[in-house]
Amino acid sequence: MIATTLALTTCTGGTTLTNGGSGLSGSFKIIGSNTVTPLSSIWAEEFMNDNPGVSISVSGPGSGVGIAALIDGTTDICQASRLIRSSEIEQAQANGVDPYEIQVATDALSVVVNPANPVSELTIAQLSGIYTNQITNWKEVGGTDTPIVAIARDTNSGTHVFFKEHVVQMAGLATADKTLEYGNKVLQLPSTEEGVSQVAGNPNAIFYAGLGYVNDEVKTIAVKRTADDAGVQPSVATALDGSYPVARPLVYYTDGMPQGVIKDYIDYCLSATGQEEVVAIGFVPLAH
Amino acid sequence: MRQENTAPTAAGISRLGLGRRLRLGERVIEGWILLAGLLAIIVLLGIVFILVKEGLPIFAHTPPWEFLFGTSWYPVSDPPTFGIAPFFVATLMITLIATAVAVPIGVACAAYLSEVAPRRVSEAAKPVIELLAGIPSVMMGFIGLALLSPFVQSLFNLNTGLCGLTAAIMLSMMSLPIIVSVSEDALRAVPQEFKEASYALGATKWETVWHVCIPSALSGIAAAVMLGVGRAIGETMTVLMVAGGALAVPVSPTDPMTTMTAAIASGIGNAVRGGLQYQAVFAVGLILFILTLAVNIIAERVLERQKRKFAR
Repeated sequence: MIATTLALTTCTGGTTLTNGGSGLSGSFKIIGSNTVTPLSSIWAEEFMNDNPGVSISVSGPGSGVGIAALIDGTTDICQASRLIRSSEIEQAQANGVDPYEIQVATDALSVVVNPANPVSELTIAQLSGIYTNQITNWKEVGGTDTPIVAIARDTNSGTHVFFKEHVVQMAGLATADKTLEYGNKVLQLPSTEEGVSQVAGNPNAIFYAGLGYVNDEVKTIAVKRTADDAGVQPSVATALDGSYPVARPLVYYTDGMPQGVIKDYIDYCLSATGQEEVVAIGFVPLAH
Repeated sequence: MRQENTAPTAAGISRLGLGRRLRLGERVIEGWILLAGLLAIIVLLGIVFILVKEGLPIFAHTPPWEFLFGTSWYPVSDPPTFGIAPFFVATLMITLIATAVAVPIGVACAAYLSEVAPRRVSEAAKPVIELLAGIPSVMMGFIGLALLSPFVQSLFNLNTGLCGLTAAIMLSMMSLPIIVSVSEDALRAVPQEFKEASYALGATKWETVWHVCIPSALSGIAAAVMLGVGRAIGETMTVLMVAGGALAVPVSPTDPMTTMTAAIASGIGNAVRGGLQYQAVFAVGLILFILTLAVNIIAERVLERQKRKFAR
Protein backbone atom coordinates (compact mmCIF):
# COMPACT_ATOMS: atom_id res chain seq x y z
CA MET A 1 0.00 0.00 0.00
CA ILE A 2 2.93 2.29 0.60
CA ALA A 3 3.44 2.73 -3.11
CA THR A 4 -0.20 3.40 -3.83
CA THR A 5 -0.59 6.02 -1.14
CA LEU A 6 2.21 8.06 -2.60
CA ALA A 7 0.30 11.10 -3.74
CA LEU A 8 2.89 12.28 -6.17
CA THR A 9 1.95 15.65 -7.46
CA THR A 10 3.24 15.79 -10.98
CA CYS A 11 5.44 18.71 -11.71
CA THR A 12 3.95 20.99 -14.29
CA GLY A 13 6.08 19.75 -17.10
CA GLY A 14 6.65 21.68 -20.27
CA THR A 15 6.16 25.08 -18.75
CA THR A 16 8.64 27.70 -19.73
CA LEU A 17 9.61 30.71 -17.72
CA THR A 18 8.44 33.01 -20.52
CA ASN A 19 4.76 32.81 -19.56
CA GLY A 20 5.06 35.23 -16.70
CA GLY A 21 5.01 33.92 -13.15
CA SER A 22 7.07 35.15 -10.27
CA GLY A 23 10.40 34.04 -11.62
CA LEU A 24 10.82 31.62 -8.73
CA SER A 25 12.40 28.34 -9.68
CA GLY A 26 13.67 25.22 -8.01
CA SER A 27 12.44 21.82 -6.95
CA PHE A 28 12.05 20.19 -3.56
CA LYS A 29 10.53 17.17 -1.85
CA ILE A 30 7.95 16.80 0.90
CA ILE A 31 7.90 13.37 2.55
CA GLY A 32 6.03 12.12 5.59
CA SER A 33 2.57 11.93 7.08
CA ASN A 34 -0.23 10.14 5.25
CA THR A 35 -2.64 12.47 7.12
CA VAL A 36 -1.03 15.70 5.87
CA THR A 37 -0.56 14.45 2.27
CA PRO A 38 -3.93 15.69 0.85
CA LEU A 39 -3.19 19.15 2.26
CA SER A 40 0.41 19.32 1.03
CA SER A 41 -0.68 18.06 -2.40
CA ILE A 42 -3.21 20.90 -2.82
CA TRP A 43 -0.71 23.49 -1.57
CA ALA A 44 1.98 22.14 -3.88
CA GLU A 45 -0.36 22.16 -6.89
CA GLU A 46 -1.51 25.72 -6.23
CA PHE A 47 2.02 26.92 -5.58
CA MET A 48 3.28 25.30 -8.79
CA ASN A 49 0.39 26.87 -10.76
CA ASP A 50 1.42 30.30 -9.49
CA ASN A 51 5.14 29.61 -9.97
CA PRO A 52 5.69 27.56 -13.14
CA GLY A 53 9.42 27.32 -12.50
CA VAL A 54 8.95 25.36 -9.28
CA SER A 55 8.40 21.61 -9.00
CA ILE A 56 7.39 19.96 -5.75
CA SER A 57 6.91 16.25 -5.11
CA VAL A 58 4.77 15.08 -2.20
CA SER A 59 4.66 11.55 -0.81
CA GLY A 60 2.91 10.23 2.28
CA PRO A 61 4.10 6.88 3.62
CA GLY A 62 3.88 8.06 7.25
CA SER A 63 5.30 10.64 9.66
CA GLY A 64 7.94 8.21 10.89
CA VAL A 65 9.22 7.78 7.34
CA GLY A 66 9.36 11.56 6.90
CA ILE A 67 11.28 12.10 10.15
CA ALA A 68 13.70 9.29 9.24
CA ALA A 69 14.19 10.95 5.83
CA LEU A 70 14.83 14.33 7.50
CA ILE A 71 17.43 12.75 9.79
CA ASP A 72 19.07 10.98 6.83
CA GLY A 73 18.97 14.21 4.80
CA THR A 74 16.90 12.70 1.98
CA THR A 75 13.99 15.15 2.12
CA ASP A 76 13.70 18.94 2.06
CA ILE A 77 10.50 19.16 4.07
CA CYS A 78 9.18 16.50 6.45
CA GLN A 79 5.41 16.64 6.97
CA ALA A 80 4.30 15.12 10.27
CA SER A 81 1.13 14.49 12.24
CA ARG A 82 3.06 14.08 15.48
CA LEU A 83 5.85 16.10 17.06
CA ILE A 84 9.46 14.98 16.70
CA ARG A 85 10.80 13.15 19.77
CA SER A 86 13.83 14.23 21.75
CA SER A 87 15.60 10.98 20.79
CA GLU A 88 14.96 11.79 17.12
CA ILE A 89 16.29 15.34 17.57
CA GLU A 90 19.47 13.84 19.06
CA GLN A 91 19.83 11.47 16.09
CA ALA A 92 19.30 14.39 13.71
CA GLN A 93 21.89 16.55 15.43
CA ALA A 94 24.35 13.65 15.36
CA ASN A 95 23.85 13.68 11.56
CA GLY A 96 24.33 17.45 11.37
CA VAL A 97 20.62 18.14 10.81
CA ASP A 98 18.85 20.80 12.85
CA PRO A 99 15.06 20.11 12.79
CA TYR A 100 13.05 23.37 12.55
CA GLU A 101 9.35 23.06 13.37
CA ILE A 102 6.53 25.00 11.67
CA GLN A 103 2.90 24.26 12.53
CA VAL A 104 0.84 24.48 9.32
CA ALA A 105 -2.62 23.34 10.49
CA THR A 106 -4.46 21.54 13.27
CA ASP A 107 -6.31 18.23 13.12
CA ALA A 108 -9.10 16.83 15.23
CA LEU A 109 -8.16 13.13 15.31
CA SER A 110 -11.54 11.52 14.73
CA VAL A 111 -12.67 8.12 15.98
CA VAL A 112 -14.97 6.53 13.42
CA VAL A 113 -17.37 3.58 13.43
CA ASN A 114 -19.88 2.16 10.97
CA PRO A 115 -23.11 4.22 10.75
CA ALA A 116 -25.06 1.07 11.77
CA ASN A 117 -23.25 1.03 15.12
CA PRO A 118 -25.52 2.47 17.87
CA VAL A 119 -22.55 3.62 20.00
CA SER A 120 -22.21 7.40 19.67
CA GLU A 121 -19.83 8.43 22.44
CA LEU A 122 -16.82 6.91 24.22
CA THR A 123 -14.48 8.04 26.97
CA ILE A 124 -10.74 8.06 26.42
CA ALA A 125 -10.46 5.27 29.01
CA GLN A 126 -12.94 3.17 27.01
CA LEU A 127 -11.00 3.82 23.77
CA SER A 128 -7.82 2.80 25.57
CA GLY A 129 -9.56 -0.39 26.73
CA ILE A 130 -10.69 -1.14 23.17
CA TYR A 131 -7.22 -0.60 21.68
CA THR A 132 -5.46 -2.63 24.38
CA ASN A 133 -7.93 -5.51 23.79
CA GLN A 134 -9.28 -5.17 27.35
CA ILE A 135 -12.74 -4.33 25.96
CA THR A 136 -13.63 -6.77 23.19
CA ASN A 137 -17.41 -6.54 22.89
CA TRP A 138 -19.53 -3.53 21.91
CA LYS A 139 -22.05 -4.29 24.71
CA GLU A 140 -19.36 -3.35 27.28
CA VAL A 141 -19.54 0.25 26.00
CA GLY A 142 -23.30 0.44 25.50
CA GLY A 143 -23.60 -1.16 22.08
CA THR A 144 -24.94 -4.42 20.71
CA ASP A 145 -23.58 -7.86 21.69
CA THR A 146 -21.02 -8.06 18.88
CA PRO A 147 -17.22 -8.31 18.93
CA ILE A 148 -15.14 -5.19 18.40
CA VAL A 149 -12.75 -5.11 15.43
CA ALA A 150 -10.18 -2.50 16.45
CA ILE A 151 -8.23 -1.07 13.51
CA ALA A 152 -5.12 1.09 13.77
CA ARG A 153 -2.46 2.44 11.41
CA ASP A 154 0.95 0.72 11.21
CA THR A 155 4.07 1.95 13.00
CA ASN A 156 5.12 4.16 10.05
CA SER A 157 2.24 6.44 10.95
CA GLY A 158 2.39 9.56 13.12
CA THR A 159 -1.29 9.00 13.84
CA HIS A 160 -0.41 5.55 15.25
CA VAL A 161 2.09 7.13 17.63
CA PHE A 162 -0.07 10.16 18.52
CA PHE A 163 -3.08 7.92 19.26
CA LYS A 164 -0.93 5.58 21.34
CA GLU A 165 0.42 8.40 23.50
CA HIS A 166 -2.77 10.44 23.90
CA VAL A 167 -5.49 7.79 23.88
CA VAL A 168 -4.05 4.31 24.55
CA GLN A 169 -1.68 5.62 27.24
CA MET A 170 -4.16 8.39 28.21
CA ALA A 171 -1.52 11.14 28.47
CA GLY A 172 -2.68 14.04 30.63
CA LEU A 173 -5.38 12.07 32.46
CA ALA A 174 -5.31 10.81 36.04
CA THR A 175 -5.34 7.24 34.69
CA ALA A 176 -2.31 7.84 32.41
CA ASP A 177 -0.10 4.75 32.05
CA LYS A 178 3.00 4.94 29.87
CA THR A 179 3.41 1.16 29.82
CA LEU A 180 0.21 0.54 27.84
CA GLU A 181 0.63 -0.64 24.22
CA TYR A 182 -1.73 -1.46 21.38
CA GLY A 183 -3.20 -4.94 21.95
CA ASN A 184 -1.83 -7.62 19.69
CA LYS A 185 -5.24 -8.35 18.16
CA VAL A 186 -5.51 -4.80 16.79
CA LEU A 187 -5.35 -4.73 12.99
CA GLN A 188 -2.56 -2.45 11.75
CA LEU A 189 -3.23 -1.24 8.22
CA PRO A 190 -0.82 0.47 5.84
CA SER A 191 -3.05 3.44 4.93
CA THR A 192 -5.81 5.63 6.32
CA GLU A 193 -7.99 5.10 3.24
CA GLU A 194 -7.98 1.33 3.75
CA GLY A 195 -9.02 1.69 7.41
CA VAL A 196 -11.87 4.09 6.59
CA SER A 197 -13.16 1.76 3.85
CA GLN A 198 -12.97 -1.22 6.24
CA VAL A 199 -15.11 0.69 8.77
CA ALA A 200 -17.57 1.65 6.01
CA GLY A 201 -18.00 -2.05 5.20
CA ASN A 202 -17.86 -3.61 8.67
CA PRO A 203 -20.49 -2.79 11.35
CA ASN A 204 -18.17 -4.03 14.14
CA ALA A 205 -15.09 -2.04 13.20
CA ILE A 206 -13.61 1.05 14.84
CA PHE A 207 -10.75 3.17 13.45
CA TYR A 208 -9.20 6.61 13.84
CA ALA A 209 -8.40 9.11 11.10
CA GLY A 210 -7.59 12.74 10.54
CA LEU A 211 -10.70 14.94 10.19
CA GLY A 212 -9.88 15.39 6.49
CA TYR A 213 -10.40 11.67 5.85
CA VAL A 214 -13.86 11.46 7.45
CA ASN A 215 -16.65 10.89 4.88
CA ASP A 216 -20.37 10.12 4.82
CA GLU A 217 -19.84 6.34 4.90
CA VAL A 218 -18.55 6.42 8.49
CA LYS A 219 -19.84 7.92 11.74
CA THR A 220 -17.67 9.99 14.07
CA ILE A 221 -17.73 9.23 17.79
CA ALA A 222 -18.10 11.99 20.36
CA VAL A 223 -15.07 11.71 22.64
CA LYS A 224 -15.35 12.31 26.39
CA ARG A 225 -12.22 13.16 28.36
CA THR A 226 -13.62 11.35 31.41
CA ALA A 227 -17.01 9.78 32.15
CA ASP A 228 -18.12 13.03 33.84
CA ASP A 229 -17.37 15.28 30.86
CA ALA A 230 -19.72 15.88 27.94
CA GLY A 231 -19.00 14.10 24.65
CA VAL A 232 -17.47 16.37 21.99
CA GLN A 233 -17.78 15.70 18.25
CA PRO A 234 -14.63 16.37 16.22
CA SER A 235 -14.99 19.50 14.10
CA VAL A 236 -13.13 22.64 13.08
CA ALA A 237 -14.96 24.61 15.81
CA THR A 238 -14.32 22.15 18.65
CA ALA A 239 -10.65 21.82 17.70
CA LEU A 240 -10.23 25.61 17.55
CA ASP A 241 -11.87 26.27 20.92
CA GLY A 242 -9.87 23.45 22.51
CA SER A 243 -12.89 21.44 23.68
CA TYR A 244 -12.14 18.38 21.51
CA PRO A 245 -9.78 16.21 23.59
CA VAL A 246 -7.64 14.68 20.81
CA ALA A 247 -6.69 17.63 18.62
CA ARG A 248 -3.11 17.74 17.38
CA PRO A 249 -0.84 20.00 15.36
CA LEU A 250 0.11 19.16 11.77
CA VAL A 251 3.66 20.33 11.23
CA TYR A 252 6.44 20.76 8.70
CA TYR A 253 10.07 20.16 9.67
CA THR A 254 12.98 21.61 7.73
CA ASP A 255 16.74 21.44 8.31
CA GLY A 256 17.28 24.83 9.95
CA MET A 257 15.17 27.91 9.10
CA PRO A 258 13.59 27.47 5.65
CA GLN A 259 15.38 29.43 2.93
CA GLY A 260 14.75 30.48 -0.67
CA VAL A 261 11.93 28.81 -2.55
CA ILE A 262 11.06 26.55 0.41
CA LYS A 263 10.52 29.63 2.57
CA ASP A 264 8.26 31.14 -0.13
CA TYR A 265 6.27 27.92 -0.26
CA ILE A 266 5.81 27.75 3.52
CA ASP A 267 4.87 31.46 3.63
CA TYR A 268 2.18 30.64 1.06
CA CYS A 269 0.92 27.71 3.20
CA LEU A 270 0.62 29.97 6.24
CA SER A 271 -1.00 32.84 4.30
CA ALA A 272 -4.76 33.49 4.35
CA THR A 273 -5.19 31.82 0.91
CA GLY A 274 -3.14 28.82 2.03
CA GLN A 275 -5.21 28.46 5.18
CA GLU A 276 -8.42 28.54 3.09
CA GLU A 277 -7.23 25.28 1.51
CA VAL A 278 -6.93 23.80 5.02
CA VAL A 279 -10.65 24.39 5.55
CA ALA A 280 -11.49 23.06 2.08
CA ILE A 281 -9.65 19.78 2.79
CA GLY A 282 -11.44 19.42 6.12
CA PHE A 283 -8.65 20.21 8.57
CA VAL A 284 -8.55 23.02 11.12
CA PRO A 285 -6.80 26.26 10.06
CA LEU A 286 -4.36 28.04 12.32
CA ALA A 287 -6.00 30.71 14.48
CA HIS A 288 -4.84 34.11 13.21
CA MET B 1 39.83 -7.81 -42.11
CA ARG B 2 43.19 -6.52 -43.23
CA GLN B 3 44.42 -10.06 -43.72
CA GLU B 4 41.64 -10.77 -46.19
CA ASN B 5 42.41 -7.59 -48.13
CA THR B 6 46.11 -8.37 -48.47
CA ALA B 7 45.51 -11.95 -49.64
CA PRO B 8 42.15 -11.98 -51.35
CA THR B 9 42.89 -15.03 -53.49
CA ALA B 10 44.06 -17.38 -50.81
CA ALA B 11 40.93 -19.05 -49.57
CA GLY B 12 42.90 -20.99 -46.98
CA ILE B 13 44.22 -17.85 -45.29
CA SER B 14 40.78 -16.33 -45.43
CA ARG B 15 39.40 -19.36 -43.65
CA LEU B 16 42.21 -19.11 -41.15
CA GLY B 17 41.32 -15.45 -40.54
CA LEU B 18 37.68 -16.36 -40.08
CA GLY B 19 38.72 -19.02 -37.62
CA ARG B 20 40.91 -16.63 -35.72
CA ARG B 21 38.11 -14.10 -35.56
CA LEU B 22 35.73 -16.77 -34.33
CA ARG B 23 38.22 -17.79 -31.68
CA LEU B 24 38.61 -14.17 -30.59
CA GLY B 25 34.84 -13.68 -30.56
CA GLU B 26 34.45 -16.85 -28.60
CA ARG B 27 36.95 -15.67 -26.04
CA VAL B 28 35.10 -12.35 -25.66
CA ILE B 29 31.81 -14.16 -25.21
CA GLU B 30 33.34 -16.65 -22.78
CA GLY B 31 34.70 -13.75 -20.76
CA TRP B 32 31.33 -12.05 -20.84
CA ILE B 33 29.53 -15.16 -19.64
CA LEU B 34 32.09 -15.68 -16.89
CA LEU B 35 31.57 -12.08 -15.80
CA ALA B 36 27.80 -12.51 -15.80
CA GLY B 37 28.12 -15.68 -13.73
CA LEU B 38 30.48 -14.01 -11.29
CA LEU B 39 28.24 -10.95 -11.08
CA ALA B 40 25.29 -13.05 -9.89
CA ILE B 41 27.50 -14.57 -7.18
CA ILE B 42 28.96 -11.18 -6.23
CA VAL B 43 25.48 -9.65 -5.92
CA LEU B 44 24.34 -12.61 -3.80
CA LEU B 45 27.38 -12.36 -1.53
CA GLY B 46 26.88 -8.60 -1.32
CA ILE B 47 23.28 -9.08 -0.18
CA VAL B 48 24.31 -11.66 2.43
CA PHE B 49 27.09 -9.35 3.63
CA ILE B 50 24.76 -6.36 4.01
CA LEU B 51 22.06 -8.43 5.74
CA VAL B 52 24.60 -9.80 8.22
CA LYS B 53 26.37 -6.47 8.75
CA GLU B 54 23.17 -4.47 9.32
CA GLY B 55 21.14 -7.19 11.01
CA LEU B 56 23.50 -8.92 13.44
CA PRO B 57 24.07 -5.92 15.78
CA ILE B 58 20.44 -6.20 16.97
CA PHE B 59 21.41 -9.37 18.85
CA ALA B 60 23.47 -7.20 21.20
CA HIS B 61 20.19 -5.50 22.19
CA THR B 62 17.86 -8.50 21.98
CA PRO B 63 19.43 -11.96 22.41
CA PRO B 64 18.79 -14.24 19.37
CA TRP B 65 16.61 -16.55 21.44
CA GLU B 66 14.31 -13.68 22.50
CA PHE B 67 14.32 -12.23 18.99
CA LEU B 68 13.21 -15.52 17.43
CA PHE B 69 10.75 -16.66 20.08
CA GLY B 70 9.59 -13.34 21.54
CA THR B 71 5.94 -12.66 20.86
CA SER B 72 5.78 -8.88 21.11
CA TRP B 73 6.96 -6.45 18.44
CA TYR B 74 6.84 -2.81 19.50
CA PRO B 75 9.55 -1.11 17.41
CA VAL B 76 8.49 2.50 18.08
CA SER B 77 7.98 2.16 21.83
CA ASP B 78 10.42 3.30 24.44
CA PRO B 79 12.19 0.96 25.12
CA PRO B 80 11.40 -1.03 21.95
CA THR B 81 10.87 -4.80 22.02
CA PHE B 82 11.58 -7.06 19.07
CA GLY B 83 10.08 -10.56 18.98
CA ILE B 84 9.35 -12.06 15.57
CA ALA B 85 7.55 -15.30 16.50
CA PRO B 86 4.17 -13.93 15.29
CA PHE B 87 5.63 -13.07 11.86
CA PHE B 88 7.44 -16.39 11.57
CA VAL B 89 4.29 -18.39 12.33
CA ALA B 90 2.23 -16.19 9.98
CA THR B 91 4.68 -16.65 7.11
CA LEU B 92 4.73 -20.44 7.58
CA MET B 93 0.95 -20.65 7.89
CA ILE B 94 0.19 -18.51 4.84
CA THR B 95 2.85 -20.20 2.69
CA LEU B 96 1.66 -23.70 3.62
CA ILE B 97 -1.98 -22.92 2.86
CA ALA B 98 -1.13 -21.12 -0.39
CA THR B 99 0.98 -24.08 -1.51
CA ALA B 100 -1.61 -26.64 -0.45
CA VAL B 101 -4.23 -24.81 -2.54
CA ALA B 102 -2.05 -24.02 -5.55
CA VAL B 103 -0.14 -27.28 -6.10
CA PRO B 104 -3.02 -29.73 -6.72
CA ILE B 105 -4.82 -27.22 -8.93
CA GLY B 106 -1.64 -26.22 -10.73
CA VAL B 107 -0.41 -29.76 -11.42
CA ALA B 108 -3.88 -30.92 -12.46
CA CYS B 109 -4.13 -27.95 -14.81
CA ALA B 110 -0.69 -28.73 -16.26
CA ALA B 111 -1.63 -32.41 -16.73
CA TYR B 112 -4.80 -31.36 -18.51
CA LEU B 113 -2.98 -28.94 -20.79
CA SER B 114 -0.18 -31.32 -21.70
CA GLU B 115 -1.97 -34.70 -21.85
CA VAL B 116 -5.71 -34.22 -22.25
CA ALA B 117 -6.55 -30.93 -23.92
CA PRO B 118 -6.60 -30.70 -27.71
CA ARG B 119 -3.52 -28.94 -29.02
CA ARG B 120 -5.49 -25.85 -30.05
CA VAL B 121 -7.00 -25.46 -26.56
CA SER B 122 -3.69 -25.82 -24.75
CA GLU B 123 -1.96 -23.42 -27.12
CA ALA B 124 -4.64 -20.83 -26.45
CA ALA B 125 -4.90 -21.46 -22.70
CA LYS B 126 -1.24 -21.39 -21.71
CA PRO B 127 -0.54 -17.74 -22.63
CA VAL B 128 -3.73 -16.73 -20.85
CA ILE B 129 -2.61 -18.51 -17.67
CA GLU B 130 0.83 -16.97 -17.95
CA LEU B 131 -0.85 -13.57 -18.27
CA LEU B 132 -2.12 -14.09 -14.70
CA ALA B 133 1.51 -13.92 -13.54
CA GLY B 134 1.78 -10.43 -15.02
CA ILE B 135 -0.91 -8.90 -12.81
CA PRO B 136 0.85 -6.53 -10.38
CA SER B 137 0.67 -7.67 -6.76
CA VAL B 138 -0.95 -4.40 -5.70
CA MET B 139 -3.85 -5.22 -8.07
CA MET B 140 -4.16 -8.64 -6.46
CA GLY B 141 -4.26 -6.81 -3.12
CA PHE B 142 -7.14 -4.65 -4.31
CA ILE B 143 -9.01 -7.68 -5.59
CA GLY B 144 -8.43 -9.35 -2.23
CA LEU B 145 -9.69 -6.28 -0.37
CA ALA B 146 -12.72 -5.61 -2.54
CA LEU B 147 -13.91 -9.10 -3.51
CA LEU B 148 -12.32 -11.92 -1.54
CA SER B 149 -12.18 -10.52 2.00
CA PRO B 150 -15.96 -9.80 2.26
CA PHE B 151 -16.58 -13.29 0.83
CA VAL B 152 -14.23 -15.01 3.32
CA GLN B 153 -15.75 -12.94 6.14
CA SER B 154 -19.31 -14.05 5.39
CA LEU B 155 -18.34 -17.65 4.50
CA PHE B 156 -16.62 -18.32 7.84
CA ASN B 157 -18.72 -15.79 9.80
CA LEU B 158 -15.62 -13.86 10.87
CA ASN B 159 -15.27 -10.46 12.51
CA THR B 160 -13.12 -9.27 9.65
CA GLY B 161 -12.21 -10.66 6.24
CA LEU B 162 -8.67 -9.32 6.52
CA CYS B 163 -6.94 -12.51 7.64
CA GLY B 164 -4.27 -15.05 6.79
CA LEU B 165 -6.66 -17.22 4.80
CA THR B 166 -7.60 -14.37 2.46
CA ALA B 167 -3.91 -13.63 1.90
CA ALA B 168 -3.14 -17.32 1.33
CA ILE B 169 -5.87 -17.67 -1.30
CA MET B 170 -4.62 -14.56 -3.13
CA LEU B 171 -1.05 -15.91 -2.97
CA SER B 172 -2.14 -19.30 -4.30
CA MET B 173 -3.64 -17.52 -7.31
CA MET B 174 -0.38 -15.62 -7.78
CA SER B 175 1.80 -18.73 -7.66
CA LEU B 176 -0.58 -20.78 -9.84
CA PRO B 177 0.71 -19.52 -13.22
CA ILE B 178 4.34 -20.40 -12.35
CA ILE B 179 3.35 -23.86 -11.16
CA VAL B 180 1.19 -24.53 -14.23
CA SER B 181 3.70 -23.22 -16.71
CA VAL B 182 6.80 -24.99 -15.35
CA SER B 183 5.02 -28.31 -14.64
CA GLU B 184 3.44 -28.29 -18.08
CA ASP B 185 6.87 -27.93 -19.66
CA ALA B 186 8.14 -30.80 -17.49
CA LEU B 187 5.19 -33.03 -18.46
CA ARG B 188 5.69 -32.25 -22.15
CA ALA B 189 9.33 -33.29 -21.83
CA VAL B 190 8.32 -36.84 -20.79
CA PRO B 191 9.42 -39.07 -23.73
CA GLN B 192 6.61 -40.27 -25.99
CA GLU B 193 7.91 -43.88 -25.64
CA PHE B 194 7.05 -43.93 -21.92
CA LYS B 195 3.43 -43.11 -22.65
CA GLU B 196 3.26 -45.47 -25.59
CA ALA B 197 4.67 -48.28 -23.45
CA SER B 198 2.07 -47.54 -20.83
CA TYR B 199 -0.79 -47.57 -23.34
CA ALA B 200 0.62 -50.78 -24.84
CA LEU B 201 0.26 -52.40 -21.43
CA GLY B 202 -3.40 -51.49 -21.48
CA ALA B 203 -3.24 -48.55 -19.09
CA THR B 204 -5.96 -45.92 -19.36
CA LYS B 205 -5.19 -42.25 -19.92
CA TRP B 206 -5.66 -41.50 -16.22
CA GLU B 207 -3.35 -44.36 -15.21
CA THR B 208 -0.75 -43.16 -17.70
CA VAL B 209 -0.86 -39.59 -16.40
CA TRP B 210 -0.82 -40.64 -12.74
CA HIS B 211 1.67 -43.53 -12.85
CA VAL B 212 3.92 -42.58 -15.76
CA CYS B 213 3.83 -38.91 -16.73
CA ILE B 214 3.75 -37.27 -13.29
CA PRO B 215 6.43 -39.55 -11.72
CA SER B 216 8.79 -39.06 -14.66
CA ALA B 217 8.23 -35.29 -14.65
CA LEU B 218 8.51 -35.14 -10.85
CA SER B 219 11.80 -33.24 -10.75
CA GLY B 220 10.33 -30.54 -12.99
CA ILE B 221 7.10 -30.45 -11.00
CA ALA B 222 9.06 -30.20 -7.74
CA ALA B 223 10.99 -27.27 -9.22
CA ALA B 224 7.64 -25.68 -10.14
CA VAL B 225 6.35 -26.18 -6.61
CA MET B 226 9.52 -24.64 -5.15
CA LEU B 227 9.15 -21.61 -7.40
CA GLY B 228 5.56 -21.31 -6.21
CA VAL B 229 6.62 -21.58 -2.55
CA GLY B 230 9.30 -18.96 -3.18
CA ARG B 231 6.72 -16.60 -4.62
CA ALA B 232 4.41 -17.16 -1.65
CA ILE B 233 7.13 -16.61 0.98
CA GLY B 234 8.47 -13.49 -0.68
CA GLU B 235 5.25 -11.76 -1.71
CA THR B 236 4.80 -8.55 0.26
CA MET B 237 2.28 -6.06 -1.09
CA THR B 238 -0.71 -8.41 -1.23
CA VAL B 239 -0.19 -9.76 2.30
CA LEU B 240 0.43 -6.26 3.63
CA MET B 241 -2.96 -5.22 2.26
CA VAL B 242 -5.14 -8.23 3.06
CA ALA B 243 -3.57 -10.25 5.90
CA GLY B 244 -4.88 -7.83 8.57
CA GLY B 245 -1.64 -6.76 10.25
CA ALA B 246 -2.35 -7.95 13.81
CA LEU B 247 0.69 -8.62 15.99
CA ALA B 248 -0.62 -11.66 17.90
CA VAL B 249 0.83 -15.12 17.20
CA PRO B 250 -1.80 -16.52 14.81
CA VAL B 251 -3.63 -19.60 16.08
CA SER B 252 -6.03 -20.11 13.19
CA PRO B 253 -5.70 -19.17 9.50
CA THR B 254 -8.73 -16.93 9.96
CA ASP B 255 -6.83 -14.67 12.41
CA PRO B 256 -5.50 -11.33 11.16
CA MET B 257 -1.71 -11.61 11.00
CA THR B 258 1.54 -10.00 9.83
CA THR B 259 4.08 -11.93 7.77
CA MET B 260 7.83 -11.37 7.88
CA THR B 261 7.75 -9.56 4.53
CA ALA B 262 4.91 -7.28 5.70
CA ALA B 263 6.79 -6.54 8.92
CA ILE B 264 9.85 -5.53 6.89
CA ALA B 265 7.81 -3.37 4.52
CA SER B 266 5.93 -1.57 7.27
CA GLY B 267 9.03 -1.16 9.43
CA ILE B 268 11.84 -0.10 7.12
CA GLY B 269 10.34 3.26 6.16
CA ASN B 270 10.52 4.94 9.54
CA ALA B 271 13.72 3.19 10.63
CA VAL B 272 16.65 5.57 10.88
CA ARG B 273 19.85 4.14 9.34
CA GLY B 274 21.80 2.22 11.94
CA GLY B 275 19.08 2.56 14.60
CA LEU B 276 17.70 -0.38 16.58
CA GLN B 277 14.58 -0.73 14.42
CA TYR B 278 16.74 -0.64 11.28
CA GLN B 279 18.89 -3.45 12.62
CA ALA B 280 15.84 -5.45 13.71
CA VAL B 281 14.24 -5.15 10.26
CA PHE B 282 17.48 -6.31 8.59
CA ALA B 283 17.64 -9.22 11.02
CA VAL B 284 14.10 -10.20 9.96
CA GLY B 285 15.36 -10.05 6.37
CA LEU B 286 18.33 -12.24 7.30
CA ILE B 287 16.05 -14.84 8.87
CA LEU B 288 13.74 -14.72 5.84
CA PHE B 289 16.81 -15.32 3.65
CA ILE B 290 17.91 -18.30 5.78
CA LEU B 291 14.35 -19.66 5.60
CA THR B 292 14.23 -19.53 1.80
CA LEU B 293 17.74 -20.98 1.62
CA ALA B 294 16.64 -23.89 3.82
CA VAL B 295 13.58 -24.47 1.63
CA ASN B 296 15.82 -24.57 -1.44
CA ILE B 297 18.34 -26.95 0.15
CA ILE B 298 15.59 -29.32 1.29
CA ALA B 299 14.03 -29.19 -2.18
CA GLU B 300 17.41 -29.96 -3.75
CA ARG B 301 17.80 -33.01 -1.49
CA VAL B 302 14.31 -34.26 -2.30
CA LEU B 303 14.96 -33.76 -5.99
CA GLU B 304 18.26 -35.71 -5.81
CA ARG B 305 16.53 -38.60 -4.08
CA GLN B 306 13.72 -38.62 -6.62
CA LYS B 307 16.21 -38.54 -9.48
CA ARG B 308 18.12 -41.50 -8.07
CA LYS B 309 14.86 -43.37 -7.57
CA PHE B 310 13.89 -42.93 -11.20
CA ALA B 311 17.38 -43.34 -12.62
CA ARG B 312 17.72 -46.53 -14.61
